[in-house]
Amino acid sequence: MISVKGITKLYGDKKVVDDVSLSIAKGKITSLIGPNGAGKSTVLSMITRLLDNDSGDVLLEGENIFTQPNSELAKKISTLKQSNHLELKITVRELIAFGRYPYSKGRLTETDNALIDEAIRYMELGEFEDRFIDELSGGQRQRAYIAMTIAQDTEYIFLDEPLNNLDMKHSVQIMQILRRLVRERNKTIIIVIHDINFASCYSDNIVALKDGEVAVSGTKNEVIKKEILEDIYEMDINIECIMGHQICIYFDEHADATVDDFVKEQAQI
Amino acid sequence: MLKDYKNKLLLGLAIAALLVTGFYMLYQIDMDIFFYQAPSRIRRILAIIIVGVAIAVSTVIFQTIVKNRILTPSIMGLDSVYVFIQTTIVFLAGVGSPLLLNSHLNYFLSLTLLTLFTLFVFRYLFRLTRNNIFILLLIGIILGTFFGNLSTFMQQLISPDDFLVLQNALFASFNAVNENLMVLTAVILVIMLIIVFMDFHSLDVLALGRDAAINLGVNYDRKVSQLLVIIAILVSVSTALVGPIMFLGLLVVNIAHELFKTYKHVYLLIGTSLISIIALIIGQMIVQFVFQNSVEISVIINLVGGVYFIYLMLRRGRK
Repeated sequence: MISVKGITKLYGDKKVVDDVSLSIAKGKITSLIGPNGAGKSTVLSMITRLLDNDSGDVLLEGENIFTQPNSELAKKISTLKQSNHLELKITVRELIAFGRYPYSKGRLTETDNALIDEAIRYMELGEFEDRFIDELSGGQRQRAYIAMTIAQDTEYIFLDEPLNNLDMKHSVQIMQILRRLVRERNKTIIIVIHDINFASCYSDNIVALKDGEVAVSGTKNEVIKKEILEDIYEMDINIECIMGHQICIYFDEHADATVDDFVKEQAQI
Repeated sequence: MLKDYKNKLLLGLAIAALLVTGFYMLYQIDMDIFFYQAPSRIRRILAIIIVGVAIAVSTVIFQTIVKNRILTPSIMGLDSVYVFIQTTIVFLAGVGSPLLLNSHLNYFLSLTLLTLFTLFVFRYLFRLTRNNIFILLLIGIILGTFFGNLSTFMQQLISPDDFLVLQNALFASFNAVNENLMVLTAVILVIMLIIVFMDFHSLDVLALGRDAAINLGVNYDRKVSQLLVIIAILVSVSTALVGPIMFLGLLVVNIAHELFKTYKHVYLLIGTSLISIIALIIGQMIVQFVFQNSVEISVIINLVGGVYFIYLMLRRGRK
């Protein structure tokens, strides 16, 4: 379990993250949601030691992550940040092989190669493995990066907006893979995500941030509620239960009017 | 298959380096003055190898850290600091000063000041700008321009005769390298190379960027400041030994990237070093055999490197 205790980040005098405490349950998908500028990515970066915090602690199985050697931590938590565009001439397989660096320090063993093969198979990247990553489409590249974190084989996986720039099909594909990782390998996954419907359909727990503070935190059924979400996003949101999923409808301020129009149209026919 | 290709390429470059070395050693060799000619050519070849490798390795590492294929330590202002040091000596102490004429004194003075400057820019400003590489580079370029302008100002004030002597000192030259200093530089170079090659895999990881490197367990900030110190020392020793060759690093690293098309530093470091040696020997041959020493090698290298730099900028612009 990861428990975050009162982490704070200051940029100048401005508190972008203010006294955030939360705990991340094992073997679940936890989504961090919230409006732009709520501090989601900053929180994720601080939990994964990519960014120094100004106060507070992050405990991994009860141990402070800032006092642990970085190389050991790399075997326990992996992080994938958004905007991974590299100008390097690197093939998919070589990229995935980097996931083994914490274990082999660049000298790949047979075990490493077997795990790389497995990650390639898991993400269905077999036909691309010798292609350069700058030749791939956004969805394929995202899969390659996730394959790298799979090869890193850590218990905790942090993903910062993994669905960024992906279409519906690829977004669903990625989320299904994440669910599979939780189900089959008992991984703990924490994602920053913008689309609340993806958060609602695929996560177990949701932490909603607003203005650098935790607004609500709980299971998805506790968080995906009309009043809570309207308060966080400051807009009208209706929630419908469709095929067993809580779906948020937020497209039109005059949602009622269009429904009325629809009813009228039906009546005329 | 790909690995095979890269190894063959390295082998090809090594053979090419040997061939140009052989050609340089044997061309127009005169048996009557053999015992004068051969040692002087060997000395130049050794100086070229030392400087070529130092500049190649420092530029490859520097570009990995800043993630940019156009910036090099020279472009960041190190060369102008060297010019500034030499100009200040002439301006304050005159051309007769031992600080300029005694090559040992000049070497140690330049080496100390250059290393101090680089360490200041890289380490102190690194902390000050909170590891923001872009602000750091900007400050580096501003400092470079600042020292460049100060030098120009002082050069306007000194007598034309002094200026000619100064100008000679500012051109890189392999013709009159002091042997003791060369040995010292070689020792420093070898120590730095051992440190770099002991952990060259982490360079590959650094190329992925700060976040990815930390994620994979590399102590990014510590590793980067260690490498910056190595770069500072390498650039300083080679500049203090022969003078500044501004566009050499840029030229050879980019050729290596074009040839090898890889991120792997084993190939990049060795390949760039070989290309660097080949380029310098060819430059030296042109200076010595074609122009009969009437031009300086830095002029030739900067001409080719400068044109290549413009080509790179134009190609980037089109993308």
